[in-house]
Amino acid sequence: MFHALVSIKQVPDTTNIRIDPETNNLIRQGVPTILNPYDAHAVAAAVEWKRKLGGKVTIITMGPPAAVTSLRECIEMGADRAILISARQFAGADTWATSYVLAEVINEIHSKDPVSLVFFGKQAIDGDTAQVGPGVAVRMDLPVVSYAVKIREVNLEEHYVIIERKTESRNEVIKTSLPTALTCEKDIAEIPYASLPDLVYSLRYEPEVWNAESPITFDPAQLGLKGSPTTVFKTGTPEKHSAGEVFKVTEVGLDGVVKTALDKILAVEGMASMLGVQK
Amino acid sequence: MSRRFWVYIEQEDGKVHPVSWELLGVARRLADEVGDDSIVEGILVGYQMEEAAQECLHYGAETVYVVDDPAFKNYLNKPYTVALTALVKKYEPEVFLVGATTLGRDLAGAVATSVGTGLTADTTHLAMGVIKENTKKLLLATRPAFGGNVIATIVCRDHSPQMATVRPRVFNPAPRQAEAKGQIIHETFEITPDMINAEIVEFITNTAATVKLEYSDIIVSGGRGLGGAKGFELIKQLADELGGVVGSSRACVDAGWIKYDHQVGQTGKTVRPKLYIAAGISGAIQHKVGMQESDFILAINRDPHAPIFDVATMGIVGDLYEVIPALIKEIRARKEAQNG
Repeated sequence: MFHALVSIKQVPDTTNIRIDPETNNLIRQGVPTILNPYDAHAVAAAVEWKRKLGGKVTIITMGPPAAVTSLRECIEMGADRAILISARQFAGADTWATSYVLAEVINEIHSKDPVSLVFFGKQAIDGDTAQVGPGVAVRMDLPVVSYAVKIREVNLEEHYVIIERKTESRNEVIKTSLPTALTCEKDIAEIPYASLPDLVYSLRYEPEVWNAESPITFDPAQLGLKGSPTTVFKTGTPEKHSAGEVFKVTEVGLDGVVKTALDKILAVEGMASMLGVQK
Repeated sequence: MSRRFWVYIEQEDGKVHPVSWELLGVARRLADEVGDDSIVEGILVGYQMEEAAQECLHYGAETVYVVDDPAFKNYLNKPYTVALTALVKKYEPEVFLVGATTLGRDLAGAVATSVGTGLTADTTHLAMGVIKENTKKLLLATRPAFGGNVIATIVCRDHSPQMATVRPRVFNPAPRQAEAKGQIIHETFEITPDMINAEIVEFITNTAATVKLEYSDIIVSGGRGLGGAKGFELIKQLADELGGVVGSSRACVDAGWIKYDHQVGQTGKTVRPKLYIAAGISGAIQHKVGMQESDFILAINRDPHAPIFDVATMGIVGDLYEVIPALIKEIRARKEAQNG
């Protein structure tokens, strides 16, 4: 049976984050949290293939209790089961400690209910590391296809999958045996509209909650801040750049601004010869 | 024992990605910051790597470790991870830098996990420094987070190597020396069947991906102010007139007006061209972190309070649909004056 597992993250909507100009602190208050956009497309792909092949979709997330909102959103999109992995011990985990917990959880699920594909978004928009997917795959010794843009074929009888991934210069079509991990670009699938039954189901759905002791136990030395090889030494705000002169078309006139702009551009070293125009 | 500063030399079909030379440059500086016993070394994995290995020596690697085997002809995560993990365990480098490219991020994440060390992603500033008195200097790896709103300096205290992926185009490449000094060491490596868990069945040439935004000298970018996908036709005209390429803000990519390959900014490409023209881009922090190091920034926006003007070398407050055609006309006029 086809069993897709999707690992998601609830993230602050970084497009709405502002810095307090006086204290230089992040203003988190009022910043909405959302399902990481790449993860949403990964869920959509998992559901799409469930509809083609039958089977089911399981969602997992490690995060605070409030992350149930994103889990419900995945149920609304057509996922069948959702698990929140939440405990104080997990807090402050870097990508290494995060991939430890996720790999243990996925192994446990896989032992009861074999998984065909393990989906991740290509990266989370708050950390932008893109490291958790490959990290989990290495820990589980699964093939990993990152930057996946299309799943061409899932063959359950012959245990293989064919996935198209994007590199900087070309696309590659990769064949791996099941189970395989993949990290998804947005192209992997369109976000579906929720069907009414899924919508109703999601409203009442209570995700399972796993903690540090139950149903599986973890090595405490590998959890959270304590289990993280990397630590944040300091934080700051990006350096400010000095602003140049601003000209208004309504004041200088169109001809004036354009001539000034071009004069300034041509004064940049090497520019005149690149454009084939004299200074 | 020497303190080794390693750089992963990324290549495709024997062609080295320029970020590798940038990393050799920054590794040299970091090595100099800790002292005389530190050395800069390149790690090269692929097939038929003689020429690439020589180039590494020209760009300042003191040693290049080469794994050269048909099994490594094309990049695949597992065999490359296994090979690099073995090399790291054998030579125990102190610092290991990898380009934050598609390939580099895929590989570094797997290698760090497999070795059991920390990895800082997508760094934009690197230094060696002490974080506590009377301790050894650590790699201070600084990166933007939360969409560029915050910069965080990350350290890896008790694990080694201290690994980081580094954004292309943030550091200057090491100067290429006429003479190739240093040694090439070939590492033989036994390929076992369990290392091959994936197979490339086809390559598709992706024309959009050939937009080499990061390494272009002239970029003309459009933002939400274009009002629609059609606006990029005008952007393209100006780019063509200047011999440049087309960039975009995230808003336009999210709206489906242009492909992701054109996106400049935190979740797109970091660029530092000689000339960056931002038309109709308001200048969210996420965009600015990707382009503010450009030599000359011309911003065109109707809103005099648009944050893009804070980083612009010159700003024009006006309608881009008037300003750009006038700019194109003026460039043409000057070209004609020159030729006639």
